[in-house]
Amino acid sequence: MELFTHGEPIADTKAPDGPIETRWQRRRFGAKLVNPANRRKLTVIVVGTGLAGGSAAATLGELGYRVKSYCYQDSPRRAHSIAAQGGINAAKNYRNDGDSIQRLFYDTVKGGDFRSRESNVRRLAEVSVEIIDQAVAQGVPFAREYGGLLDTRSFGGAQVQRTFYARGQTGQQLLLGAYQALERQIGLGRVEMYSRHEMLELIVVDGRARGIVVRDLVSGEITTEYADAVVLASGGYGNVFYLSTNAKGCNVTATWRAHRKGALFANPCYTQIHPTCIPVSGDHQSKLTLMSESLRNDGRVWVPQRAGDDRPPREIPEDERDYFLERMYPSFGNLVPRDIASRAAKGVCDSGRGVGATGLGVYLDFADAIGRLGRSTIADRYGNLFEMYQRITGEDPYEVPMRIYPAVHYTMGGLWVDYDLESTIPGLFVIGEANFSDHGANRLGASALMQGLADGYFVLPSTIADYLSAGPFEPLTDDHPEVAAARNDVADRLARLLACNGDRTVDSFHRELGQIMWDHCGMERSDTGLRKALAEIRSLREQFWQRVRVPGDGEGLNQALEKAGRVADFFELAELMCVDALHRTESAGGHFRAESQTPDGEAQRDDDRFSYVAAWEFTGADRPPVLHKEDLDFEYVHPTQRSYK
Amino acid sequence: MNLTLRIWRQSGPDDPGRMVSYPVPDVSPDMSFLEMLDVLNERLTLDGEEPVAFDHDCREGICGACGMVINGVAHGPERATTACQLHMRHFSDGQTIDIEPWRARAFPVVKDLVVDRTAFDQIIAAGGYITAPAGSAPEAHAQLVRKSDADAAFESAACIGCGACVAACPNGSAMLFTAAKVTHLSLLPQGQPERSTRVVGMVDAHDAAGFGGCTNIGECTAVCPKGIPLTSIGRLNRDYLKATRDRDGAPGT
Amino acid sequence: MAVTGILLVLFLIAHMLGNLKIFVGATSFDHYAHWLRTIGSPVLPDTWYLWIQRSVLGIALVAHIWSATVLARRARAARPVRYAHRPKVQGSYAARTMRWGGVIIALFVVYHLLDLTTGDLNPVGDPRRPYANVAADFAPERWYVTLFYVVAIVTLGFHLRHGMFSAFRSLGQQTPRGERRARAVALGFSVALCAGYLVVPFAVIAGLVR
Repeated sequence: MELFTHGEPIADTKAPDGPIETRWQRRRFGAKLVNPANRRKLTVIVVGTGLAGGSAAATLGELGYRVKSYCYQDSPRRAHSIAAQGGINAAKNYRNDGDSIQRLFYDTVKGGDFRSRESNVRRLAEVSVEIIDQAVAQGVPFAREYGGLLDTRSFGGAQVQRTFYARGQTGQQLLLGAYQALERQIGLGRVEMYSRHEMLELIVVDGRARGIVVRDLVSGEITTEYADAVVLASGGYGNVFYLSTNAKGCNVTATWRAHRKGALFANPCYTQIHPTCIPVSGDHQSKLTLMSESLRNDGRVWVPQRAGDDRPPREIPEDERDYFLERMYPSFGNLVPRDIASRAAKGVCDSGRGVGATGLGVYLDFADAIGRLGRSTIADRYGNLFEMYQRITGEDPYEVPMRIYPAVHYTMGGLWVDYDLESTIPGLFVIGEANFSDHGANRLGASALMQGLADGYFVLPSTIADYLSAGPFEPLTDDHPEVAAARNDVADRLARLLACNGDRTVDSFHRELGQIMWDHCGMERSDTGLRKALAEIRSLREQFWQRVRVPGDGEGLNQALEKAGRVADFFELAELMCVDALHRTESAGGHFRAESQTPDGEAQRDDDRFSYVAAWEFTGADRPPVLHKEDLDFEYVHPTQRSYK
Repeated sequence: MNLTLRIWRQSGPDDPGRMVSYPVPDVSPDMSFLEMLDVLNERLTLDGEEPVAFDHDCREGICGACGMVINGVAHGPERATTACQLHMRHFSDGQTIDIEPWRARAFPVVKDLVVDRTAFDQIIAAGGYITAPAGSAPEAHAQLVRKSDADAAFESAACIGCGACVAACPNGSAMLFTAAKVTHLSLLPQGQPERSTRVVGMVDAHDAAGFGGCTNIGECTAVCPKGIPLTSIGRLNRDYLKATRDRDGAPGT
Repeated sequence: MAVTGILLVLFLIAHMLGNLKIFVGATSFDHYAHWLRTIGSPVLPDTWYLWIQRSVLGIALVAHIWSATVLARRARAARPVRYAHRPKVQGSYAARTMRWGGVIIALFVVYHLLDLTTGDLNPVGDPRRPYANVAADFAPERWYVTLFYVVAIVTLGFHLRHGMFSAFRSLGQQTPRGERRARAVALGFSVALCAGYLVVPFAVIAGLVR
């Protein structure tokens, strides 16, 4: 059987042509509006309450729409945006260091390795400025200078200081801002909040997204909810790797269900691997913890020169250490971009020189920096990170080098959307990490928060009006055939999971799936590896449906059942990721294709063949997906090959 | 190491609940507390028993989902540490560990160690915000904020809403949670217009939810994983006293 | 709680200062006790002032106990199911003993009034000779009275230590430095007050007052 088939090309028809500087302005002017009196007759469902979903639900409520908001957590404040540490980019140019909207646009397109859409990225850079104003007005306690002005720093190798931050908790503070705005709308009765509810199916009637099927995780009740438009803000799918920096509950179910109903899934293989995570300590490991990559500003990365050298790090003399990043990339050294640092670390570990009990780790050593700057300076800069590291590993990084290893952190792929953030299903909008739009093949540091909030506060609330102006649509009832079918599908699926009663737990399958994905669809991919992965995933998926054991029943809180449903969807997604990775025989952004490298072993992009978005159409669980290509044109930022030598 | 866990099992809100003992052999000191519970749950599942339900999500100490009272202490024996960041190296071989849910009328038990903390959201909805609809914000630098105020606001804003303060309070009060938000917003110039309505609205919602009254005992701050200081309650009291002297309208207006 | 507590604390200070007059001598002490009954004279008839003060204190005390009861009832209602593993005290011990401490103090106050105000429980029981009443109370053979007194005063010390800090906090004390100061003041004041009250029975036992 063929792995996939080719379909018609796809294009974004919503972005205006002409000068890029005025496209967003012209789109807003060209879009239809909904008058305030009519807004309260229109209902919008928002799934997810992270930066994108929380800000969108709050803003739509402020505008006067009737909003229903859903999250699987017990409170909207717990969405995983909360864990973002570093900061948020904005082209304010407060530093007078040459930053501008144009430069942020340029950096983001280049950072995405020329696999993102210019119009969208340009808009993102424009809106970034408004986000900071908005957050400050809400009381987000950004770091400030003694003069009372906002402090900014350079992040992820950027040459300008455009990153606003709130210590190491920028995501938390921005999310609380959005959450508080959302709670205000809930208090005013404009948003109905359904926490501990999980979307399990999309309802599509007459070609329009008209609602969702949700399970109340506390009562187990399955209900259908209707709206005039559905917004998915359900985040990324990094948990397909089992071990990632995502929260345990992060899942692909909402977007995958929409994909199965016809929404194209774009660039699923684009994932970001973060180099500075705390390594795995054993089989019990349930998730990975990220440490800010700012650590690489002062820490030096090394491994022993000799494979199998198990002396304690301080006993390994200087000339028997390999500072491999400094050796391989003399001009950038330890500050090479995330993907390069990650791949190099994996390379030395694969050669048997990894450190720690598992051999999956490299040292990040602060001895030189402590010697040069003094312990107190290092404590000022990284004290909280050092404490976190010590809490988890029991080792004191002031005395022994940290051990780090790369981990999956973010997924750039997601549901395909046009300039209006509308998917290929009319009325289904996708925002934040759940869509594919702005980061291309690699996301710049401090850009995820920016995109989530840009979509939620500013872009979606404008663009959704154009769609809603045709509403309200015909009211639906539970006995409508499409609705009943969607609801029955959900009930059948849950019943099947509960009925298996096999001999393996959900986690054991998830862990095994994750290992396959990490080995073959992680930082480095090859044709043989991906084909092997595809075969393994398929056989594991079959086993899953025969041997999984889900205790309890569907009535009431059943966390194993929740997990089982999510893992079942991860299996299907994993296959699509491997197919996407297999077809893209170039190295781009965060991922390295073994067959596509320069003579000296660096990533080799192939613009002639792959300068497009791969948007996949679902045709059935055991049928090959259809590839629709959206060609990418670069009028303003001309593709160049990266070099960090 | 080998441990005995005594865990509160309660199938639903109507079940009176009881402590049940489970031996857990071969615990690695590198496991987190929740990973140790994962191991137990894997075994219970394969043995045909119902696994222990507990809330958790980010497992890096920031989302505030996890929370259990471990040997009588909310989030366990390590200070400034959430249950998910607590590691087994702080326990000793052969130890018996009691694990219970947060206990408060305002946090009814959903199942086992899972409680319903919606009351916290209601307190925020009653005033824990600054009204700033998207699009209306002035330029960020239009108002300067003293660094010390911004830093202090941040300290209070670091609250993760886990509910440990309520669990530890002998009065079952949520005043530290409420005060953290009041302090965060009342320290900033943007938070001044709603300062009075905010504190009154939030305290009213706090009382209506069935939390107890604060008697300044300080158990809350001792177990708070983010170290929210008790002084924030003084700030709340000050704002409340002032606000009840000169009320200027209901919250949300 | 804070406001009524402050009124009661003011009384405790005055009461302690009065007590200490016992070291000046029997005549002086008895005269002081008599003077208390004539404050305000001749504007107010005899003992009127005393009754005014007594009613203010009574009201404050009732309000104090009433507030405490309301708080205690709220606390009980707020935690209908108790912890199986008794929670460890993480914060202040003084803070955790406010309610039982309050009950002990209240019982003591009742006894104390019957003993030295009405004289019903006093071996001498002569309202005109308070010095003799006190000396008789703390006689070595009546060690149990002294013991009860000491327990009550130490309990009062704990009660005041947290009570004063808590009153500052309830009235809006809100800075870390202020908190350190408030804790120090509360501790220093409680210790001083305890000492001031305890010196009397020990002086009787030591024979300094007889």
